[in-house]
Amino acid sequence: MKQIASLTLLQNDEARPIIEAILADNANARVMNMHGAIKIDCDDELVVNRASVEERLGRTWDPQEIHLVLVSMAGNLDEDDDRFLVGWKH
Amino acid sequence: MTVKKLGLKQRYAHMTRGLDWETSYQPMDKVFPYDSFEGIKIKDWSAWEDPFRLTMDSYWKFQAEKERKLYAVLDAFAQNNGQTHLSDGRYVNVVKLFLTGISPAEYQAHRGFAWVGRHLRGVGPRVAAQMQSLDELRHIQTQIHTISHYNKYFDGIAEWPHMHDRVWYLSVPKSFFDDARTAGPFEYMIAIGFAFEYLLTNLLFVPFMSGAAYNGDMSTVTFGFSAQSDESRHMTLGIEVIKFLLEQHPDNLPIVQKWVDKWFWRGFRVLGLVAMMMDYMLPKKVMSWKEAWQIYFTEAGGSLFQDLERYGLKVPKYADVATEAAEHISHQNWAIFYQYSHAAAFHTWMPDKEHLDWLSEKYPNTFDKYYRPRWEMWAQAEKEGKRFYNMALPQLCQVCQIPMAYTEPGDPTTIAFRQSQFHGETYHCCSDGCKDIFDGEPEKYAQAWLPVHQIFQGNCGGATVPDVLAWYKMNVGADNMDYVGSPDEALWNQWQSGKMKAAE
Repeated sequence: MKQIASLTLLQNDEARPIIEAILADNANARVMNMHGAIKIDCDDELVVNRASVEERLGRTWDPQEIHLVLVSMAGNLDEDDDRFLVGWKH
Repeated sequence: MTVKKLGLKQRYAHMTRGLDWETSYQPMDKVFPYDSFEGIKIKDWSAWEDPFRLTMDSYWKFQAEKERKLYAVLDAFAQNNGQTHLSDGRYVNVVKLFLTGISPAEYQAHRGFAWVGRHLRGVGPRVAAQMQSLDELRHIQTQIHTISHYNKYFDGIAEWPHMHDRVWYLSVPKSFFDDARTAGPFEYMIAIGFAFEYLLTNLLFVPFMSGAAYNGDMSTVTFGFSAQSDESRHMTLGIEVIKFLLEQHPDNLPIVQKWVDKWFWRGFRVLGLVAMMMDYMLPKKVMSWKEAWQIYFTEAGGSLFQDLERYGLKVPKYADVATEAAEHISHQNWAIFYQYSHAAAFHTWMPDKEHLDWLSEKYPNTFDKYYRPRWEMWAQAEKEGKRFYNMALPQLCQVCQIPMAYTEPGDPTTIAFRQSQFHGETYHCCSDGCKDIFDGEPEKYAQAWLPVHQIFQGNCGGATVPDVLAWYKMNVGADNMDYVGSPDEALWNQWQSGKMKAAE
């Protein structure tokens, strides 16, 4: 069975550039729309890149700002200054 | 030459490590007296990895921002009489069950993590437990604030802390947290940090809060998702705890496995209340309990346990039984509350035709065969003025404290009963899962405060139902009984007719 990495984010204006960046950078991502939230799944790992979010947002963005719109996640977390990643690889 | 800024990982290490010291006035074992009796062996506390590298200053900054957003929504909801824009007056019963059953558990979690944050010897988990303790306190505060607005209009929530300590079904979540908080610090971390937060909290908050959004409850969805944004941090703490314990010493594996088995089953039983909310109490539905179980336990839990296999940890015992029970549990719980709605602080009802059809579609294997005929029989009895109430006090499971109404795995027409002997007494459990837990620590569960036993022993206000309801501070005729005919319904209908008139 494939291991699913997942991020659930709020469906709002603040999260939209992050959602768009995730969908652009993770070719195999799958989306489940819910009322008020969006669940994005991907086999093995899912990455949020700072540069991709900043490009869409038009300002600097600290990956830790994801805390403000993050609802849930699945996978082991690895974060640094440039990206926020959940996955099952070791 | 420009000074290079430290990266997040280095910055975090500088901000969080080397903060503790070896005590010299007292031996360390006296300062941390509770972290060895459970048998867990830790060789190196500094091997702890914080999954979220969140320093205290960033923590305050983000939490303050979340609070500002939440309170702006709460103000808007109150100013615009949001309570009149719900999908239906029945919806509020979800909020009642949440405040009386779940919010006090947030407070228990706050106390539990504060205690663990004091008693673990490693600085990494201490900081993480402290943040979580503050989060949980924030959760109960925001929930009280949010739901206090509903208390101005609807019944059943005015006496929530009093009820949490006394009312029969609220002993289910209460005893769950009492059990965790009376365990040692490592078991508490596995119970709440891992089993509850990582495996099961998604089932509580995500589909349920999405349901609040769909039903027009802007305030609940906002506190729900605001709380859930902290849960992501809690989930990573839970997963880190389990990896850390398993990496530290091979002797930890059987102890951890036993806790994972126990707390998975305990959590699954408590979440039966959420199953019922999702399938029966949301007027506009988002997904069935069975679908939520598939996404959040079978898929998400499957990925997780595949990851933990490398430590020798197995999928919790009876996970297969719980998955099979996902076809039944919401229906069996709703049947209990319908029969005892004279003793519950929220309203019940029989589903209408459209709702029955939805249940038939979502539960093709079980609903038409086992439950729909019963609901139709009860609806018919209501029409004939013979609304069925069960006046006998139910036997309760010694461990989960739920009435013994669940059926045998694979045989949904036979009620499951299990028994154990301890010190010459017979104790009753609802399932193999609960019986295993009892048999693991009979001296603990033999002391359980079981609401029905307490009534029979004369500790709950008297010998009759009205005596007990008075002791619960139940406002009889308003807090309890069916939604149809309740003051809640009368008020809701008045708001609706006001809207109709305005539209004319």
